[in-house]
This record gives sequence, C-alpha cells and structure tokens, in this order.
Amino acid sequence: MYETNYHRASSVEDAISKMGSADDAKFVSGGQTLIPTMKQRLAAPSDLIDLRHVDSMKGITIDGNQITIGAATTHAEVNASKELRAICPAICDLAGHIGDPHVRHMGTIGGSIANNDPAADYPAAMMALNAQIATNKRTIDTDDFFTGMFETALDEDEIVTAVTFPAPAKAAYSKFPNPASRYAMAGVFVAKLKNGMARVGVTGAGADGVFRHEDMEEALKGDWSSSSIADCKVDADDLLSDLHADNNYRANLVKVMAKRAVEASS
Amino acid sequence: MASISMTVNGKTVGGEVEDRTLLVEFIRENLRLTGTHVGCDTSQCGACVVHVDGKAVKSCTTLAAQANGSEVTTIEGLANGDLHPMQQAFKDNHGLQCGFCTPGMIMAATDMVNRLGKDLDEKTIRTELEGNICRCTGYHNIVKSIQDGASKM
Ligand SMILES: Cc1cc2nc3c(=O)[nH]c(=O)nc-3n(C[C@H](O)[C@H](O)[C@H](O)COP(=O)(O)OP(=O)(O)OC[C@H]3O[C@@H](n4cnc5c(N)ncnc54)[C@H](O)[C@@H]3O)c2cc1C
Ligand code: FES
Ligand code: FES
Repeated sequence: MYETNYHRASSVEDAISKMGSADDAKFVSGGQTLIPTMKQRLAAPSDLIDLRHVDSMKGITIDGNQITIGAATTHAEVNASKELRAICPAICDLAGHIGDPHVRHMGTIGGSIANNDPAADYPAAMMALNAQIATNKRTIDTDDFFTGMFETALDEDEIVTAVTFPAPAKAAYSKFPNPASRYAMAGVFVAKLKNGMARVGVTGAGADGVFRHEDMEEALKGDWSSSSIADCKVDADDLLSDLHADNNYRANLVKVMAKRAVEASS
Repeated sequence: MASISMTVNGKTVGGEVEDRTLLVEFIRENLRLTGTHVGCDTSQCGACVVHVDGKAVKSCTTLAAQANGSEVTTIEGLANGDLHPMQQAFKDNHGLQCGFCTPGMIMAATDMVNRLGKDLDEKTIRTELEGNICRCTGYHNIVKSIQDGASKM
C-alpha cells in the first residue's frame, strides 16, 4: 500500500470539509473493497476520510411503509434487523449472503452502492425496490444512480448518507455465486411493489453493470409467477463474458435466477 | 503518522504508526503478538481474524488507525491459564494439521458462538466458515472441533 493520511470524520459536514482540504482523498466506510484495492496498489488516495463513526449515517428506521437504511449500516446489521425482516426479509437475506461473516461485520451498504461493482449484490436490490439514494447534496433516483461499471452519479465530494425505499408486497433475491469469490455470476432481485408495479434488478451479468429487465417486469406485473417469465428473452449481447462464464451461459443463469426468486418471494 | 491507542487482550497499548499500517501489522510487528497470521493478500483466507469491539474482522483488511480506540482480542487473549474450550476442542478433535489457519478458525468459531449460540449444526458451521480457508484438513475435523468447542463454551 502507498502512503496515505487517515482522518476520522465526526459528521457529514466534517467529512466534506476534510475532503475539501485534502489533495486526492477518498471516503472509506467498511474498507472491504477499498483497502484490498489499496493493498494491490490499484488505488492510492492521498487521504482517507473514515465515515464509520458518523452517527447520523448509521441504523435502520422504519416509518410506516418507508424503510431507511443509513449508509454506514453494515451488512451484518441489515441481516440481523428483526424490524426490517418483518417487512422486507429479502434485503436481510441478501445482506447475509455477501462475502463472509468477517466482511459483513465491516462492509456497509453505502460503500457497496457507491462502489457499484458489476457483481455486487445491493445494487440489484436498490434497482428492484425503486430506492431513493440520499446524499449530502440531493436525492437521486436509483434509475439515475448506477451509471455503468464502477460508475455512479456521485460527485467526487458527495457522500451517500442513506437509502430509502417502500416495503414491497413481495420480494426475493436469488444469486448464483462464483464458487471462489462468492460474488454474483448472476443475481436477480425481484420485487412486487405495493403500487402494482413489478421491478427486476440484475447484477453480476451486465456488461455495463446492474440493469433492470423490463420484459420480465411487464410479464410479472400481469402475473406474478415464474411461468409468466418463461418466454422472456435475456439478450446475451449485453452480458459479460469472462473465464467463469460466457454471455450465453449468463443469459440462461439470469432467467433461472429470476424464476427462482419469483418462486421464493414472500 | 498516526498516534493510536487501543485495548488489546485487556491491556492498553499504543504507539506512532504510519497511517497505512494494517491492524495485523500493528499486532504482529509492534505488539509482537504473532499468533495472528497472514495467509493471503486478497482478504479471502481469514488467517488474520481477530475480534474488534466483539466482532470478528479481517485484520489484514482494517487499518490500525481504523481500530484506534477499540477493544481488540487476538488468539493470545483467549486462554485464561488453561486453554479456551475452543482451543481445547481443536486439540482434542485433531482440528489442525500445519496450524496456519487455526488462530483465524478459532477466532471465527468463538465469534460464531457469540452470535448464534452454542448449539451449532454442521451445515451452519460450514456456511459460517465461508471466510476461513484451510489448505490441510479438508475441514471435516474443524467442523467437529467447532461443534465440540461450542457446546463447552
Ligand atoms: C472476501 C470478500 C468477499 C466479498 N463478497 C461480496 C459479495 O459476495 N457481494 C458483494 O456485494 N460484495 C462483496 N464484497 C464487497 C463488500 O460487500 C464491501 O463491503 C462493499 O463492496 C464495499 O463497502 P465498504 O463499506 O467496505 O466500502 P469501502 O471499501 O470503504 O469503499 C468502497 C468505495 O466506496 C466509496 N464510499 C464508501 N462509502 C461511501 C459513502 N457513504 N458515500 C460515498 N462513497 C462511499 C469509497 O470511497 C470507495 O471508493 C466482498 C468483499 C470481500 C473482501
Ligand atoms: S490474511 Fe487476512 S484474509 Fe487472508
Ligand atoms: S491446518 Fe494447515 S491450513 Fe489449516
């Protein structure tokens, strides 16, 4: 790892001001992506601004049908929340299958979506649940937030502070994990929203990162069953090919994961 | 440089370290507690697992400065005169061969019991060991050791 300067932020404002006075700083939350990247010398920020101690960014609040998860909430906390499980078990289950227990104790939802790894799990859930991403500057619709592989709508000095979404009528996430890394080779989050819409978020497979599958959404809106999506086409041209799986294989996996998710949804 | 202070195995320790110092480097090189191992450089093997504020984390993927002010327990902090029940169970059940992964396995195992209780079935243990890799044992006796150790904790 190259040299860096560590700073602990006490509030969102403090983090922004520390960011402003540094040369080439990066925020660090759980560090479960950034620190391995720095160890490989693929990132070399001059300064690190730690968000893990910003109290206003932590915890889960439920207000009627609205769920808000603070950006510095860990995967383990999302997995263990009984209140959240009572109204959206799918997101708790998703969090419980990220990496391993040690990674889940540190890694955060804010870090995961800000990083937008094409194989990360949370982005698929944010897409399907029609989440609003709150930052220190504005609120961003999930459809405008993820802009490509490892790319988001965030500015350099913009912090994700929380995500908010309505509790769905039904939802589930189904992931085919890479046997070695456990990241998704294809992961599909399906959500039947209380306003009658159906949304389908796909991760691990898209050449441009996470995406929605609108044909499946249309089919599920009319009939929430795995048979309704049997004839939907997943276009292999838009999918990733790598040594783990080519794009045609992934296209099939997306369909299989989507069906399993619909069948498992509750 | 970062001036840090934390409690490690019940003792207050501190020092001046480079900001880029990993927690595992601080533990092994500054504190000379070499029970915590480094088995990979990709955050995958779990040989480096310690407890920070009561939770298992990979000390190779945490900066010492991130743990400033925290309570840390390493494998050296478990035994209290006698071996800790989980250590004893690894001994009794032949849960190690070369022993390189063992400190991380035991710290992961005690964390598992803290979160899930003493009654752990084989499937749970195998799933929970996702982040701990062993190149020797084939895991079978590790699972037996954890089940035995958990019941005696
Ligand atoms: C062994 C291993 C296995 C893993 N398996 C999976 C898996 O199966 N599925 C999966 O989805 N992920 C997996 N991960 C990644 C893990 O979920 C990370 O925790 C997550 O991707 C990043 O969250 P973090 O809090 O650790 O972010 P950090 O590593 O701290 O930061 C990541 C990036 O986001 C930026 N950032 C962090 N927080 C904010 C914020 N609030 N606002 C703006 N920018 C921010 C940082 O500047 C950095 O660029 C794995 C990681 C490891 C080490
Ligand atoms: S040394 Fe920490 S995970 Fe391998
Ligand atoms: S006993 Fe040798 S690596 Fe596990």
